[in-house]
Amino acid sequence: MPAILETRDTVEALTGGQKYKYGFETAIAMDEFPKGLNEDIVRLISAKKDEPDWMLAWRLKAYAMWLKMAEPDWARVHYPAIDYDDLYYYAAPSGPAPKSLDEVDPGLIAMYEKLGIPLNERAALAGVERTDIAVDAVFDSVSVATTFRETLAKSGVIFCPISEAVRAHPELVQKYLGSVVPQGDNFFAALNSAVFSDGSFVFIPKGVRCPMELSTYFRINARNTGQFERTLIIAEAGASVSYLEGCTAPMRDENQLHAAVVELVALDDAKIKYSTVQNWYPGDSDGKGGIYNFVTKRGACRGRNAKISWTQVETGSAITWKYPSCILQGEGSVGEFYSVALTNNFQQADTGTKMIHIGKNTTSTIISKGISAGHSNNTYRGLVKIMPGASGARNFTQCDSLLIGDRCGAHTVPYIENRNMTAKVEHEATTSKIAEDQLFYCRSRGLSEEDAVGLIVNGFCKDVLKELPMEFAVEAQKLLAVSLEGSVG
Amino acid sequence: MLVIKNLSARIGEKEILRGVDLTVPDGEIHAIMGPNGAGKSTLSYVLSGRDGYQVTGGTATYNGADILALAPEERAAAGIFLAFQYPVELPGVGNANFIRTALNAVRRARGEPELDAVAFLKLARAAIKNLSMPDDMLKRNVNVGFSGGEKKRNEVLQMALLNPGLAILDETDSGLDIDALKIVAEGVNALRSEKFSALVITHYQRLLDHIVPDRVHVLAAGRIVRSGGPELALELEAHGYAGLEAA
Repeated sequence: MPAILETRDTVEALTGGQKYKYGFETAIAMDEFPKGLNEDIVRLISAKKDEPDWMLAWRLKAYAMWLKMAEPDWARVHYPAIDYDDLYYYAAPSGPAPKSLDEVDPGLIAMYEKLGIPLNERAALAGVERTDIAVDAVFDSVSVATTFRETLAKSGVIFCPISEAVRAHPELVQKYLGSVVPQGDNFFAALNSAVFSDGSFVFIPKGVRCPMELSTYFRINARNTGQFERTLIIAEAGASVSYLEGCTAPMRDENQLHAAVVELVALDDAKIKYSTVQNWYPGDSDGKGGIYNFVTKRGACRGRNAKISWTQVETGSAITWKYPSCILQGEGSVGEFYSVALTNNFQQADTGTKMIHIGKNTTSTIISKGISAGHSNNTYRGLVKIMPGASGARNFTQCDSLLIGDRCGAHTVPYIENRNMTAKVEHEATTSKIAEDQLFYCRSRGLSEEDAVGLIVNGFCKDVLKELPMEFAVEAQKLLAVSLEGSVG
Repeated sequence: MLVIKNLSARIGEKEILRGVDLTVPDGEIHAIMGPNGAGKSTLSYVLSGRDGYQVTGGTATYNGADILALAPEERAAAGIFLAFQYPVELPGVGNANFIRTALNAVRRARGEPELDAVAFLKLARAAIKNLSMPDDMLKRNVNVGFSGGEKKRNEVLQMALLNPGLAILDETDSGLDIDALKIVAEGVNALRSEKFSALVITHYQRLLDHIVPDRVHVLAAGRIVRSGGPELALELEAHGYAGLEAA
């Protein structure tokens, strides 16, 4: 198929790493700890954060567990062994932590503006920027600014850096931290539990509908530094929240580690919608550099009719290892996973979800769209587990893969474990290529080949993109187009 | 004006066009008829730039420009439109979004301002009304789940909105009932002007009852073997293509 060959070449020619528009570095005076990981580093991080003893003890326990654990090797990803003693575990803009936006380094505010993230509340209130999103900005190891906290506090919503929550709301943090992803859950979660430096904390009290979208923006800037943020979101009975997460990093030749943990807790009738647009630096067109994105995300529907919905658009990172999951404990609770994973050049993605049905009449939906181009490998790995008590449980899974070119791979690894005869589990899967006639049809109407590929890919992902909040959906569409075509706007 | 001189083309090793000569002046509609395998569809694909068709000789110019040197999208920008015999489905791509993206790509290439969503919808709704098509045509995904007739009507809708200088209709009448045929024909007739020309490829004379051509050409074994006025189509309908290939 000459057109396909040509498409592949065009895609490759246009998608060099140089097209990554967030690849700049920000010159900010930084505090860094010595390289390497040991108990002293864990103590240092804890001390830097002014943490209570219980938090330090929790970290040390995690560190002890991590020492005994082995890096997982079951995913379809390949990378040279990581030397955990050759990494920095903490990097933060130097000086005391800013107490308000006015104290934030103007260089940082300018950087976030460059990234399109509004940190300036006054400008937002004046109508310069949109006003309905509160942002927590995490720069390397620390949260540098959280906007709209007062507005949110009026309705009882707590939205702050998790380091602050540890001090200000210890009862909530102690109750819920590690309750969904325990310290010893897996190698990377244990590492994160020992050295996490910041992240976001969200608490939506009983019956409150969060008045604005919340978002966290993660930025890795420092060299050789791992980013280990931790996010904890709790929605009490009848509460609801929509949370967005975005990520970028500078272009660097070496690989950088990002091992985050996200925990969600939804009580009776609570709803949490968690959306991610992951655009970490993917490495260059030869596969050099890029982020290792080894992330544990899990939500627990603890109450009746609780609902947790994960939507992710994964276009960045050299390697993605990520399975946002739902534990459906409460009767009638609902779990959803909508995913677009796009890999190009030498990117590797092994991503999917786990839906654990424990309660009666629990339902889950999995829609996964994988797009592979270049030499990349894209794996969907999923588990649907129906426990004996989950009578009437239902799952629907659809996994579609789209291949661009003939040097990439798409793999689907769905596990289904059903221990209840009344449960219903459906799985559909397709693998296709962009057809030559589709490309020609678009081009004969005046679309360039790159625009045609972008349009077809976006159409392929529509079922997932429509789950994203409006602005995010537009951004995600552009991102998909850019990741494939390099038409940086 | 479309000028084709001694055009030869093949697919793989198979010679399909063997020296086609054809001129379609602006303002005229020409019909191409001929038996199966004569090269009718090949001619439309070669003119619109589909991959896999190798031009081995001859020239084709539109308004003086060598169209064979252009990419398909550049031909579209130059004003050439191909209505497909088998319109292609684009799952998940909304028809309105598709046509607007195409229209704006063409407008951009021609140095015209792009249309925003509101201006486009106004234009599109008017076109739909003119063509007596259902409103949901714009909301559905491109050709997905369309009946054969709906697909062809969607081609005509795209043609109306892209407003080409030269339309090539590749057996647009195949599989159409008489009502759909009339709609398609009205769509073409509505575009008729001094600056518009069309190449209507068809097996049957009945489309030409509704789109009356200025000239009729018979393509057989890769060459134009006969040309004439509209009456030629009636003659072919009565006597068939037998004997033409030898001519």
